[in-house]
Amino acid sequence: MGMTLAERILAKAAGRQEVSAGEFVVADIDLALLHDIFAAQVFDMLGEVGVDRVSDPDKVVVVIDHLVPAPSAEAAALHQRIRKHVARAGIKAFYDAGEGICHQLLPERGHVRPGMLIVGTDSHTTTYGALGAGGTGIGTSDMVYALATGRLWFRVPETVRFEMFGELAPWVSWKDVILHLAGRFGADAAQYRAMEFGGPAVKSADMSSRLTVANMAVEMGAKFGLFAADEITDAYLRDHGGVGAEPFGPDQDADYEAVHEILLSALPPQVAMPHEVDRVGSIVDVEGLRIDQAFIGSCTNGRIEDLRVAADVLRGKQIASGVRLLVVPASRRVLQEALDSGVLATLVDAGASVLPPGCGPCFGGHGGLLAPGERCIGTHNRNFVGRMGSTDAEIYLGSPATVAASALAGHLADPRHLEVTNA
Amino acid sequence: MPEDRFAGRVWGFDDDINTDALSPGQYAVDPVEVRKLHVLESVNPSFASEVAQGDVIVAGRNFGCGSSRETAVENLKALGVACVVAESFGRIFMRNAIALGLPVVVCAGIRGVFEDGDRIEVDLATGRIVNVGSGSELRGDALPAEMLEILEAGGILAVLRKQRGG
Repeated sequence: MGMTLAERILAKAAGRQEVSAGEFVVADIDLALLHDIFAAQVFDMLGEVGVDRVSDPDKVVVVIDHLVPAPSAEAAALHQRIRKHVARAGIKAFYDAGEGICHQLLPERGHVRPGMLIVGTDSHTTTYGALGAGGTGIGTSDMVYALATGRLWFRVPETVRFEMFGELAPWVSWKDVILHLAGRFGADAAQYRAMEFGGPAVKSADMSSRLTVANMAVEMGAKFGLFAADEITDAYLRDHGGVGAEPFGPDQDADYEAVHEILLSALPPQVAMPHEVDRVGSIVDVEGLRIDQAFIGSCTNGRIEDLRVAADVLRGKQIASGVRLLVVPASRRVLQEALDSGVLATLVDAGASVLPPGCGPCFGGHGGLLAPGERCIGTHNRNFVGRMGSTDAEIYLGSPATVAASALAGHLADPRHLEVTNA
Repeated sequence: MPEDRFAGRVWGFDDDINTDALSPGQYAVDPVEVRKLHVLESVNPSFASEVAQGDVIVAGRNFGCGSSRETAVENLKALGVACVVAESFGRIFMRNAIALGLPVVVCAGIRGVFEDGDRIEVDLATGRIVNVGSGSELRGDALPAEMLEILEAGGILAVLRKQRGG
């Protein structure tokens, strides 16, 4: 029997010819990611267990991205501790405050390659599946074990495959696709399982779109959200780090728990409604609801492609009065590219506030939180109660086009109704 | 080291209890003494102040969905929760529970059989679950041997210490 992508990745990491779903394996970790919320704690815990060095510092990446710039003296002190730990551990791949979000930086700076097994102290580590890598979130204790030994136990997951057909309509994006899947199949549809995305429509999905989809696979419970590595992956890798990659995909006769066929052609823009990511509907059903804040950013949709779409919507126009539009580029490179290409000027001219590269208000720490009774639409990945400040605020999730259109209108708005000038 | 059998008072929760509810983001880097006061405050404001040592959570589907924050598990342990039985768990929450030595059992149909305040008996090794008041009995999934082993050692760091001869 052939292997799914998840089985191929875990077989390789476990040093085995073949593994199949349901087995437990002890696997070698190719890359471990820590960010500022948990990094200092993990290093402290390592010390408490009596481990004075990580098993391979070259397989560790540390990113300061959540509390950026430090919103308090405590956060600043946390960052200080992280810098000391990183220097002491001899970790070279360290991205300090302002470089960007971990899940943008790892692909962008060439750390991720097809077939790798990557663990991170962050649930959105599934993002690396966009490049055919098995990325998954773990807690701090498991991370301590992984850093100490270079290995970790895994249950080989069953795989649910999504075959995508058709072409997306104008102003509809892969963010709408993954929101649609969450709504249609549910927040636990891929619980303990891997998701594999394939089919003809995926061939035309650029890397930015694949990163968005793989990022949100975890919102359906997935352990991995995987795309086969193809010529788009190869081109992305050449552009980001220099060395391309051979195709890497599942075997033809792989065994799937389920295969779903999804037609994209008739899909309208989607929004997730408060307070669950799988409470999803068409923008048409909620159009007109007044908003206080619009947020474009996050590891889901803070890339240059996303900012460009927003700029196309907002060019030459002004956002509605009473609406705060926050734009948070996912990395310094994204910010630089937006600056050089004029995208940033377009957004600022339209009334956007630009925040430094990082997680921004997405996880509710700082940088644009919500008051009781306020409503926000963002391009991020979670709309849980209290996620962005008050527990009495409402968060909607949508694509960059939908969020920009809503900022312009002052209420939830369908980007397909826009008249775009000078695009 | 956790035992294999528990008896306790039940706190019931519905589907999709997420890690933001179990460990709100704004207290992410606060000490556990602060964090535990806010556990589930957006769902059941009296839970954190009234839950007692040895109580058991009975929940619907997808308990602990959301982020990788281990504090979601650590907070429950700090409040004295002895075990969580749910229709299903968020993957990382379940992994973290094993890593921290908090017993968890997956049991289909569990949510409909328990109300707040009921008494529950749980046998981890067999998955047998009893509502002491009504006499209803359910069979949850016994934990795989690999996970039970980590749980019985007291968590992944206890395993690590043992491997290092400590």
